[in-house]
Amino acid sequence: MEKRDFHITADTGIHARPATLLVQAASKFDSDINLEYKGKSVNLKSIMGVMSLGVGQGADVTISAEGADEKDAIAAIEDTIKKEGLAE
Amino acid sequence: MSKHLKGIAASDGIAVAPAYLLVEPDLSFDKKKISDPDAEVSRLQDALDKSTAELKIIRDKAKETLGADEAQVFEAHMMILADPDFIGTIKSKIKDDQVNAEAALSAVSDQFIKTFEAMTDNKYMQERAADVRDVTKRVLSHLLNVTLPNPALIDHEVVVVAHDLAPSDTAQLNKKYVKAFVTDIGGRTAHSAIMARSLEIPAIVGAESVTTDIKDGQTVIADGLTGDIVIDPSDDEVAKYHEAADKFAAQKVEWEKLKSQPSVTSDGHHYTVGANIGTPKDMAAVNANGAEAVGLYRTEFLYMDSDEMPTEDAQFEAYKTVLQDMPNKPVVVRTMDIGGDKHLPYMPLPQEMNPFLGYRAIRISLDRQDIFRTQLRALLRASAYGKLRIMFPMVATLDEFRKAKKIFLEEKKKLEDAGTKVSEDIQTGIMIEIPAAAVLADQFAKEVDFFSIGTNDLIQYSMAADRGNEHVSYLYQPYNPSILRLVKHTIESAHKEGKWAGMCGEAAGDPIMVPLLLGMGLDEYSMSATSILKVRSLMKRLSTEDMKKLADKAVNEMTSNEEVAEMVKKATGQE
Repeated sequence: MEKRDFHITADTGIHARPATLLVQAASKFDSDINLEYKGKSVNLKSIMGVMSLGVGQGADVTISAEGADEKDAIAAIEDTIKKEGLAE
Repeated sequence: MSKHLKGIAASDGIAVAPAYLLVEPDLSFDKKKISDPDAEVSRLQDALDKSTAELKIIRDKAKETLGADEAQVFEAHMMILADPDFIGTIKSKIKDDQVNAEAALSAVSDQFIKTFEAMTDNKYMQERAADVRDVTKRVLSHLLNVTLPNPALIDHEVVVVAHDLAPSDTAQLNKKYVKAFVTDIGGRTAHSAIMARSLEIPAIVGAESVTTDIKDGQTVIADGLTGDIVIDPSDDEVAKYHEAADKFAAQKVEWEKLKSQPSVTSDGHHYTVGANIGTPKDMAAVNANGAEAVGLYRTEFLYMDSDEMPTEDAQFEAYKTVLQDMPNKPVVVRTMDIGGDKHLPYMPLPQEMNPFLGYRAIRISLDRQDIFRTQLRALLRASAYGKLRIMFPMVATLDEFRKAKKIFLEEKKKLEDAGTKVSEDIQTGIMIEIPAAAVLADQFAKEVDFFSIGTNDLIQYSMAADRGNEHVSYLYQPYNPSILRLVKHTIESAHKEGKWAGMCGEAAGDPIMVPLLLGMGLDEYSMSATSILKVRSLMKRLSTEDMKKLADKAVNEMTSNEEVAEMVKKATGQE
């Protein structure tokens, strides 16, 4: 399993456009990909799941992937996060 | 017998056509136990596929007619239909609880709607709840084998009648056949009203009972100029409205010709006719109507449409967009005018006895300098992209203007020291809406670069009459000689110091007021974009010299609002 922690710095948190982009990025991979925040974990391929977490600025989240393409998946998601200036 | 209804005129134009009722079909269902879950799941899948196919068509149509931004909402709807958790949960509910697809779908979507709506501090999430509701309806209609009335299927001229129009409805309206629409609810700023104006079809909203009073196929007259709706009109009425419609169409053709022309009077004097805007989105209409300036950019929408204080960067982007859209044309940006009847959910203001006389606009800005400085920095950075003029609202004393100007200069210097490019030609002025400032305009004129007169507030403060209070609404008297004297003094004071004066209130586009303002020498007229060509065409047939005499007479000899209106109407042939 691949895992990575992010500290969300974007002042809008993970809402709207960034959420859509993350879901789109995750949906390209076969691995199971989860987003964990405050002890709750949701499927990163589910737009409604991601939005229901209400991840705001300053949140610490963990993204994990499990499956054949887990390494590529995490790399691609990290790429999206950096490109969108979502987190450090 | 014809029947008459009245609503809010939301989009100009007149249409006569049979009604097409766009009313949602009955989507109620019984919760049932089922014995073959696999068959039920495939029934759900079938409805999902049909819904997705439908949304694709709607999205493509929306993209084509409304642009990629407007089509985004359907993109979101499709994403919900493809959401593995959402769909997965519904499918497992069918299997685990052995219930029909309708019941499982409703239960799961209700759960999500509840979660999203519970995030009360987040307007964005509440809108997503509406998306889930919209999508659920579409899937339900396919499960129940009923058709949601589909405007895309209309193949003859109609007036669409609806309770309200959702984005997915307006996206499908075909201008060729939909001649107008009328709705039960909504105001001039409702989504449907904005859509109607961008599609340029007549619309009347908030008419309360159209879906109950109008039957499918009945002939309907919709007058988007006045808000009048006539059901089952007599032949005479139809003839009368056809005539009015023809007249309006002819007028529009005339106005259209003036689009790229300057605003000039019959004796050759040029004036600036500009537009009032609330957001960068309004710029399409500004340019479509040939505005020569943005005379008022109400920045408070940046604050009101947000869930938190807009950042300097977000503001910068908005200001820059507007300035770039107006090459070589002035843009007057009014700094934050919060307070009065405008509130921010994230900035609680004290409860006040008289909010319009209270903590408002520049009074807040000078007190909360953190907010004010952020806005000024964003404006200064954007100034490099156009002809920026900054206007401070609700200034009562020279001291307030001096303080605001000092803060402006401090932020300007800071940015310049940091090497940021800032325009050297930024004018700073004030809104004239408090009588104290109007009376002392001669002194103000020595220090400001311009005045812009805000009539609604100037009238309400001069008459001491709350403009929202219907019991004193008779005191809203824009042509009262007392108001005209304040306006005249303001304009003359500006000119004496070589400065310019504009007007950005409702009155600047008023056909009775325009002749008087021309006579008083007002330099700039700012109004809603859709009034520009009308005013330009009016100016074309007025002579400044004649209007001077008219204005003098109104200011010096008349005694009431009615007298002035009567005289102007007569003198300018507007009876």
